Amino acid sequence: MQDKMIARAKELLRDGAVNRVLGWKTGEFVYDITPAVFTSAEELDRDFVFDAFTAANLSKYLVKESKKEGKVLAFLKPCDSYSFQQLIKEHRVDRENVYIVGIPCEGKVDIEALKARGISGITAIEETADAVTVKTVYDEDITVAKQDVLFERCVNCKSKKVVICDEMLGENGEIVDSDRFDAVAKLEAMTPDERFAFWQNELSRCIRCNACRNVCPACTCEKCVFDNVNSGVEHKVAANSFEESLFHIIRAYHVAGRCTDCGECSRVCPQHIPLHLLNRKFIKDMNELYGEYQAGADTETRPPLVNFSMDDCEPSIVYQRGGNA
Amino acid sequence: MQRIGVFVCWCGSNIAATVDVQRVAEELKKEPGVVFSADYQYMCSESGQNLIKDAIKEHALTGVVICSCSPRMHENTFRKAAASVGLNPYMVEIANIREQCSWIHKDKATGTEKAIILGRAAIAKVHLNAPLIAGESPVTKRALVIGGGIAGIQTALDIAEAGFEVDIVEKSPTIGGKMAQLDKTFPTLDCSACILTPKMVEAAQQEKIKIYSYSEIDEVKGFVGNFSVKIRRKARYVKEDICTGCGLCTEKCPQKKVPNEFNMGMDNRRAIYIPFAQAVPKVATIDPNYCTMLKTGKCGVCSKICGVKAIDYTQQDEIVEAKYGAIVVATGFNPISPAKFDEFAYSQSPDVVTSLEYERLMNAAGPTNGTLLRPSDGKHPHTIVFVQCVGSRCDGAEKGKPYCSKVCCMYTAKHAMLTREKYPDTDVYVFYIDVRTPGKNFDEFYRRAVEEYNVHYIKGMVGKVVPENGKLKVQAADLLSNEQLHIDADMVVLATAVEPDPSARSLATKLTASMDTNDFFTEAHPKLRPVESPTAGVFLSGMCQGPKDIPETVSQASAAAAKVIGLLVKDKLVGNPCVAHSDELLCNGCSSCEKVCPYGAITYSDKEFRMPDRTTALRRVAAVNPAVCQGCGACTVACPSGAMDLFGFSNNQIMAEVDAICK
Amino acid sequence: MQVENKEFKPLIVAFCCNWCSYAGADLAGTNRLNYPADVKIIRVPCSCRVNPMFILRAFQRGADGVIICGCHPGDCHYTTGNYYARRRMTALFSMLDYLGIEKGRTRVEWVSAAEGQRFAETMNSFVSTIISLGENKRLEDLRCKTK
Repeated sequence: MQDKMIARAKELLRDGAVNRVLGWKTGEFVYDITPAVFTSAEELDRDFVFDAFTAANLSKYLVKESKKEGKVLAFLKPCDSYSFQQLIKEHRVDRENVYIVGIPCEGKVDIEALKARGISGITAIEETADAVTVKTVYDEDITVAKQDVLFERCVNCKSKKVVICDEMLGENGEIVDSDRFDAVAKLEAMTPDERFAFWQNELSRCIRCNACRNVCPACTCEKCVFDNVNSGVEHKVAANSFEESLFHIIRAYHVAGRCTDCGECSRVCPQHIPLHLLNRKFIKDMNELYGEYQAGADTETRPPLVNFSMDDCEPSIVYQRGGNA
Repeated sequence: MQRIGVFVCWCGSNIAATVDVQRVAEELKKEPGVVFSADYQYMCSESGQNLIKDAIKEHALTGVVICSCSPRMHENTFRKAAASVGLNPYMVEIANIREQCSWIHKDKATGTEKAIILGRAAIAKVHLNAPLIAGESPVTKRALVIGGGIAGIQTALDIAEAGFEVDIVEKSPTIGGKMAQLDKTFPTLDCSACILTPKMVEAAQQEKIKIYSYSEIDEVKGFVGNFSVKIRRKARYVKEDICTGCGLCTEKCPQKKVPNEFNMGMDNRRAIYIPFAQAVPKVATIDPNYCTMLKTGKCGVCSKICGVKAIDYTQQDEIVEAKYGAIVVATGFNPISPAKFDEFAYSQSPDVVTSLEYERLMNAAGPTNGTLLRPSDGKHPHTIVFVQCVGSRCDGAEKGKPYCSKVCCMYTAKHAMLTREKYPDTDVYVFYIDVRTPGKNFDEFYRRAVEEYNVHYIKGMVGKVVPENGKLKVQAADLLSNEQLHIDADMVVLATAVEPDPSARSLATKLTASMDTNDFFTEAHPKLRPVESPTAGVFLSGMCQGPKDIPETVSQASAAAAKVIGLLVKDKLVGNPCVAHSDELLCNGCSSCEKVCPYGAITYSDKEFRMPDRTTALRRVAAVNPAVCQGCGACTVACPSGAMDLFGFSNNQIMAEVDAICK
Repeated sequence: MQVENKEFKPLIVAFCCNWCSYAGADLAGTNRLNYPADVKIIRVPCSCRVNPMFILRAFQRGADGVIICGCHPGDCHYTTGNYYARRRMTALFSMLDYLGIEKGRTRVEWVSAAEGQRFAETMNSFVSTIISLGENKRLEDLRCKTK
């Protein structure tokens, strides 16, 4: 797939259809992937990478890239395409300045899952439909079942369908039945005390690095409220457990109805906090109370929080659901 | 830092009795920025206001906090006082220490402590207040009156008389309303039609008045001074401008079995009809529910017979869109259906009638041509029992109404008196809970019924009416003599409660005017602004606001007209400056605010911005039209970046209040 | 009836819309209907003006309960404000519940300008709920404590 992508990117560059390419390149380690912009065939040949580790969602970069001179080619996975379409809906990207090549995705590998299996010193990764094989500095060739090392978001993939593109490279997939709300339901079934303990444990690890905010494709505000001294919620450091929960509640609320559930927040969290469980809670609630809604699935539907129905349920409904005190 | 003055009002003893006002003033003096603090007996009095004005001048105050009654009472008073000495009126904040403190907390220590906290919150807010200047919007010099009863007619006539154009929208084919159905009016016993119909004619002839009969309100947009209304002119299948009202069609129409609503269904009319002889406009209307031509395509008698070719079976509803500066609601009332009160046997015997039906039976233009005849057999009744408070003053709200319908005592006295006068051989009983006769010449009128006309007034309620052998067996209790009564009556007349017209509820939603639990429109203030609705530019006239008799209705109608005239003479309206505004530098252009704005006050445009790196960028940003924005603040919460904020109730102001309260 | 509790005096913030609930609170006052002084009212133009951040802020600063009052659905002075408020608050309350904050610390009630009685009853009932829940310890930021 990587070769096909490079070939197509070179073609589009050569034809002048685009003047740069948004993709991924390897950092210090093979699993240390970073989004990158390529402007020449040489750069593409040298640095462009697409493999089981290229998990980063590229949509957010298009907010800035689409404002620049000339057209940019972006490779979007299904997840990324939802995020991108949501950005179009919010008028955050200039669609006409972006040429999108959709690429199918069979899930991305979580380096932490490999490490957890005692695998280290990885120098290369190969993937088949249901297995990944890594080479290590110890001259090992280790093969593991793909399902075991995927990111949580990929295990519970919601859609393999690229929802917006100018062309597809390979076969487009379909929306899949996902168990992504099971973890939320499990939490909901707990007692408030158990839930509080759960979240205390998770959120107290937050170091307020802002990685979740910075990577989130829904967090594209011109100026984030957390950076705005006038917003009343500007906090720079995480001083106590309250601080993080406030930060995370506000952040989750801010993206409620706009979050496509791409899972980037959890992927980048250095403290491994399952942040997606907050966003998914909002999505699950709104699906149940106001009808199914998938942010980024289209550009027309009104998001649930800027919409209403005269016979909506009362807020007290939330106290009648879930685990009891 | 603001220089804030704090003024604590005693409100006589209303506040001072349960709040230590001196202590409140002393404590608040310690707050940062407070340079002056005082307490006074009545801050709203002239000397109280002078105290404020002097302090503003003397201490160069930039902000004022008044601890007093609700801002809904005197916020304007104090704002004006501040403005008169050059302080921007929006630098005044009220701490409500009367309604929300002194009046509800009996313990002085508790009340004082809370008053101090409320004062602190207001001070915290004033610190963040900024001078606001109100915008202006033009006034459309035309009024809309919804409802063409006596209330609507009188309002329209008064407004027209002052020189402004008025449109009346009436849902039935003629104006006139309930008053047109009445026979005589209390307490003078003058004929209802004789005093109403000249007004109807005057309304029709007045050049400034346009009557949209058989029409309804589809949609209301805009705001005070600038309403845009869609009026649905229902198809009457008769060309209104051509029909001469000769009435030939209404005699020849073969469909004769249509219950005549004007006579409360006690006789029939044709499918094409003119509601009554003095109808305005006097044009025929085809009832599509009964017209054979409209239902089956076969008939066409009226079309053939019409000399001026006014019949048009293909007519469609027509939507008229018009602009108004003010809207008057005069949608009136209906008597409730007595169906729920089965004990009175209304559904079992045609001789049990409602008062409005009785009114028609007494009326010369009614189904019996004014001769009192029993509906069942057409014979003269000799014993008539009137039952008052049917559905009024009910405990259980599911059956009746909790309120007093106000007019029943008097019209029942009228019915009793007229019956006795015309038919001295009839025995007339009136069962009452209380006889309520406050009003000019009202009690005299009632006493005449009792003393001169020998109407039997009995304090007590009728328990049961049983139709038996052509008679109505009435079982009742006489509470004064404490005995059970059994009366064999020929007729029973039920003084049913009044209720707002069912169309009022949906209209209220369209107008964004509020209603009480009984579906009566709420006035802006129950005592001081009784003819205005809380929604600016919407006024109330007649029964839609609450039960009232004709003189009261006409008074309110004229009062509403005066308010409308007062609005329409203005060329410009000064708006509410507490509107939303967008910080373009923060705006993402995401359109969330635009989606939740109920007024369409937010628009987007691409604007060029100089970026920090000295490049320029074209960005999509929101702008608020301050003349259209009503200041609800829905957009401020929808906005993810906090670009949208509300003057007067900014994020920071509200959070400062939260902080002050939670300190 | 006024709720009395000597040990725990809860701190309660009530956001009231200007047109209905604030007027309802005024009417409760005019009719001398008692409710605990623990309730402090903040006037907002409409329930839709209440940003979830205000509620979180109140809890952060040590409020034990936050109640939002608006016009009854369908009666909003601004037509639709309370419908949006209803969804927003449902989402927020659900999230707070999900995080393990005690059920009942937040409430939305619709109180019209004519319902002084209902306002007082609502406040009495809310205060007794909060008293039974006890102090807000899960969302309070101890650094904000002044006493």
